Amino acid sequence: MIQGAVGGFGKFILESAEGTGQFTFLVRSTFGWMTHHRIEWRQTLIQMARLGVGSLPVTAMTAFFTGMVLALQTGASSKHFFNEPLFVGTVVSFALIMELAPVMTALVVAGRAGAAIAAELGTMKVTEQIEALYTLGTDPIRYLVIPRFIAFMCVLPLLTVASDFTGIWGGYLVAHAKYQIPATVYWHDIINNMEIRHFVHGFLKTFVFAAVVSLVSCFKGITTRGGAEGVGKSTTAAVVISMVLILVLDYFATAVLNAFGIT
Amino acid sequence: MIEAEGVIKSFGPRAILRGVDLHVETGETLVIIGGSGCGKSTFLKCVIGLHHPDEGKIVVDGIEVAALRTEAEIANYRRRFGYLFQEGALFDSMTVWENITFGLRYLTDIPSGAYRKISSDCLALVGLKDIEDFKPAELSGGMKKRVALARAIAAQPSYILYDEPTTGLDPIMTDVISDLILDLQKQLKVTAIMVTHDMRSAYKVASRIAMLHEGKVLEVACPDIIKISTNPYVRQFVDGKSEGPIKMKLKEFEAEGASNHVAKAH
Repeated sequence: MIQGAVGGFGKFILESAEGTGQFTFLVRSTFGWMTHHRIEWRQTLIQMARLGVGSLPVTAMTAFFTGMVLALQTGASSKHFFNEPLFVGTVVSFALIMELAPVMTALVVAGRAGAAIAAELGTMKVTEQIEALYTLGTDPIRYLVIPRFIAFMCVLPLLTVASDFTGIWGGYLVAHAKYQIPATVYWHDIINNMEIRHFVHGFLKTFVFAAVVSLVSCFKGITTRGGAEGVGKSTTAAVVISMVLILVLDYFATAVLNAFGIT
Repeated sequence: MIEAEGVIKSFGPRAILRGVDLHVETGETLVIIGGSGCGKSTFLKCVIGLHHPDEGKIVVDGIEVAALRTEAEIANYRRRFGYLFQEGALFDSMTVWENITFGLRYLTDIPSGAYRKISSDCLALVGLKDIEDFKPAELSGGMKKRVALARAIAAQPSYILYDEPTTGLDPIMTDVISDLILDLQKQLKVTAIMVTHDMRSAYKVASRIAMLHEGKVLEVACPDIIKISTNPYVRQFVDGKSEGPIKMKLKEFEAEGASNHVAKAH
């Protein structure tokens, strides 16, 4: 039994090391191909349209309700302590722009588009379509990974900005309807306290999340093994790893940005 | 000409090819036969460069596959080949004509304006028409195979590699595909390697047949010689018998007790 446990642990370590090595190779190849070869712009635009148009309603709605609940909680707490709802706009905007909009948008996109990428590329792998790409003179990194990577790097920041706005509007709706905060006060709270560096803080993080979700999903897709079960496993792994990495890297990205004074 | 010398290939602890020596002369069709998992498809993938041999070398027209480094060298090498995958491997997201002409962008300098015409011509060669705008999901198994064949010949390769082209087809369609391959060989004058375990198709298409067993070549000869081969392994395979030196496992383990219970129950 002990031998089995040690063997299992050894296998886990070896597989993790192999996976990390393969992932590093994928990242290196992606940047290598991007800098030295022609980019598949048509594929990139298709992926951008798919990602942006398909995800916008979900990410916007998520942000809208997040803004609403933030305003509701802030108003209630503020009323409890100060007997009136203070700084609702400030709290909603800071929480959304610096933290919640980038993270929530990335999580939703990881669940939606990341899963779709892993499933699509995984199916292509198990039906030999990825090998067919090689035989037809192109490379899966160039044809499949780079367009998705660029699409994520361009579209996720835009989706996050859209989430910033819809979230703040959601907050305003609740602030106005529930707590009768006038529009001028709500917007004044935001504009007076918010600076461009606060926006930059949240915006820069989205590039980290975009790189993580796209590369992890593509990696899980093109390294799929087995049939339908393998595709299922890859899809689940892509979503779980992306989501965990978003939350972990969010902390480190925040720490780095704070260290550089972008806070 | 394709020359393979001492090709060894393993995947982890599993040795697939254990020293394959094969020569394919220009213009001939070499059919590789052998049981499932004997390394036929792996050899084909080594030839086109999808896998690299652990030892030994494969030389095509004087070019060693493993020595190719730059993108231009690899593209120049792959341009010589058309590859027909076992399940067709058509791109689901593209139409038939986009599938057929996909490789032209990367392998040739043909302007994209001519693609549509080329796809129709290739479809005509494999006996199909008016399906250019269909998606692969809308086609039958036989039609998919033909479209995949059309894709393999679109860039006018010098070599075509067929990976089990008749697997999964009914007997009539199997014969039709064999005829089609034979017809293409005559019309296009290409050199071909076909991997199969369908003996009727092998006899029909082959200039020579090579029998692969446990990663090694047992015998290479023309179809008429293979038919009367005295090699017990080849004999067993071409006759399709379960008794013989090739031990195909009937059961993965011997559960005497269990089989006795079942026998008694009946």
